[in-house]
Amino acid sequence: MSPEARFAAAPIGIVRRALAAVGLSGRGLVIFAPFAWMSLFFLVPLLVVFGISLATKQFGQPPYSDLLTTKDGTVQLTLHLSNYIRVFTDDLYRSAFLSSVRIAGISTVFAILIGYPMAYAIARAPDRWRNILLMLVILPFWTSFLLRVYALSGFLRGEGVINNLLGMFGIGQLTMMQTDFAVYVGIVYSYLPFFILPLYTSLVKLDPSLHEASADLGSRPWQTFLSVTLPLSMPGVIAGAMLVFIPAIGEFVIPSLLGGPGTQMIGRILWDEFFSKTNWPRASALAVTLLVIVVIPIMLMQRAQNAVVEGRR
Amino acid sequence: MTNRSWFLPTTATLGFVFLYAPILSLVVFSFNANRLVTVWSGFSVQAYVDLWNDRQLISAALLSVQIAAVAASIAVVLGTLCAVALVRFRRFRGRTILQAAVSAPLVMPDVITGLALLLLFVAMQSLIGWPPGRGVLTIVIAHATFCTAYVTVVVQSRLGDLDMSLEEAAMDLGANPVRVFFDITLPIIAPALVSGWLLAFTLSLDDLVIASFVSGPGSSTLPMVIFSKIRLGVAPEVNALATIIIGLVALGVVAATILQLRRPKRGAA
Repeated sequence: MSPEARFAAAPIGIVRRALAAVGLSGRGLVIFAPFAWMSLFFLVPLLVVFGISLATKQFGQPPYSDLLTTKDGTVQLTLHLSNYIRVFTDDLYRSAFLSSVRIAGISTVFAILIGYPMAYAIARAPDRWRNILLMLVILPFWTSFLLRVYALSGFLRGEGVINNLLGMFGIGQLTMMQTDFAVYVGIVYSYLPFFILPLYTSLVKLDPSLHEASADLGSRPWQTFLSVTLPLSMPGVIAGAMLVFIPAIGEFVIPSLLGGPGTQMIGRILWDEFFSKTNWPRASALAVTLLVIVVIPIMLMQRAQNAVVEGRR
Repeated sequence: MTNRSWFLPTTATLGFVFLYAPILSLVVFSFNANRLVTVWSGFSVQAYVDLWNDRQLISAALLSVQIAAVAASIAVVLGTLCAVALVRFRRFRGRTILQAAVSAPLVMPDVITGLALLLLFVAMQSLIGWPPGRGVLTIVIAHATFCTAYVTVVVQSRLGDLDMSLEEAAMDLGANPVRVFFDITLPIIAPALVSGWLLAFTLSLDDLVIASFVSGPGSSTLPMVIFSKIRLGVAPEVNALATIIIGLVALGVVAATILQLRRPKRGAA
């Protein structure tokens, strides 16, 4: 050990002995810091949301009723289910949830149809092309999401690029902005890299000899694709599809910038409930309901992702 | 194979056109003389002059860069510890919870994360008086939290691929775990820490929804200012800003890719 290193190691030893004295090992400390942070700022907040979803709106600071009150020396717990009753019975919320799932689902299908051939082409490309193509997929991900949605709006707008092009061929204007179609395009455009990357990971490690074997046995290319490639890449498809579907359900930016007043997605409704109507408990109940809806696809994704990772090893 | 030989390249090309055409048109029209942005009427750098004079955009950009740098640094420390815990310590109490707490933020809808953190900050303030109000501090905490999840994933995959025999050799030679980490593990995973930091920095710089929930008066981040401008329609100075950001990012990613492509060659030689 060099003198500097010994010098540097000395305080580490002292700290370690001091921590050991209070029952913390170095190992415990490594786990403790991220554990404490993520529990306090990620898990506990979700419980707080659940708690406040059981309160009612109130004027004052903070603008919701207390769950625990003391009256004559006894602590009373008051829970209101009214927010959930409204969320499940009010047409505005019900249709917002349904259309969020529908819009996210349709967009995911488009992402699969566009992304699968792209991922497959990249996986099949010659080595020196593959890294460049992958970089081209990742590059938009590093530029601002907000600015990309803005760029797309300039493209779809009434006097936008596409309509100018159509005008040159004498075709009349298409109304694309402020429609559900624009929202589909926006979601596919923003989340396509998330679909392509996991699918590429599972496609690139497919053994080419499987294709050869299938071809030797007389399969046509599309038969090989349907009976060999597609089933083997399913974990990648599911993991990628969920990476599009889950964030798309709660999307706020895309429906606000590209959708019309009729595009009522739940992220937007929750935003308005919080910022415009300052109904924090109602917004919380919407958040809890949204969370329950996305838990199933999250579990699906986790399983698929494990399958992708295990396949690599 | 004749069928596929044209099908794949064609669809892939169309896909890339779809990904890049809107960005390219944004860049081109940032040099437009017409304020309508999408109708070309001659070359001009007026939008860049407007951007330079827009104090609100400039100060929001500076604030966002500071927030992103601090949040990314916190996230790299926490994310690395988290990745070490999850990859190196096979079994410990709370492992499942930690695993869930760092993978869920990756897919959690922003509106939930933002609302949840805001409600936590409000509840904490009334219970223990901290954090004092909402502003830069609460945005930094919020960003560091979701960025930790991303850094964990990046470092985790690097640690998973790492050959453990180097660490074992150092241990056999009598180095303590802390020294092994700083002398052996850290230098090897350093590239992952750099890309994790850059990823966290980018994500923080880009976040609109979470920051909107947890920010307070006087702490408008860049995405918040951009959003309020483009909500009303086209904004040439935003085009100019976007062009600058896209240029910087493209330079960075291309440089990183070239470096990455070179490394294996050097190793083989």
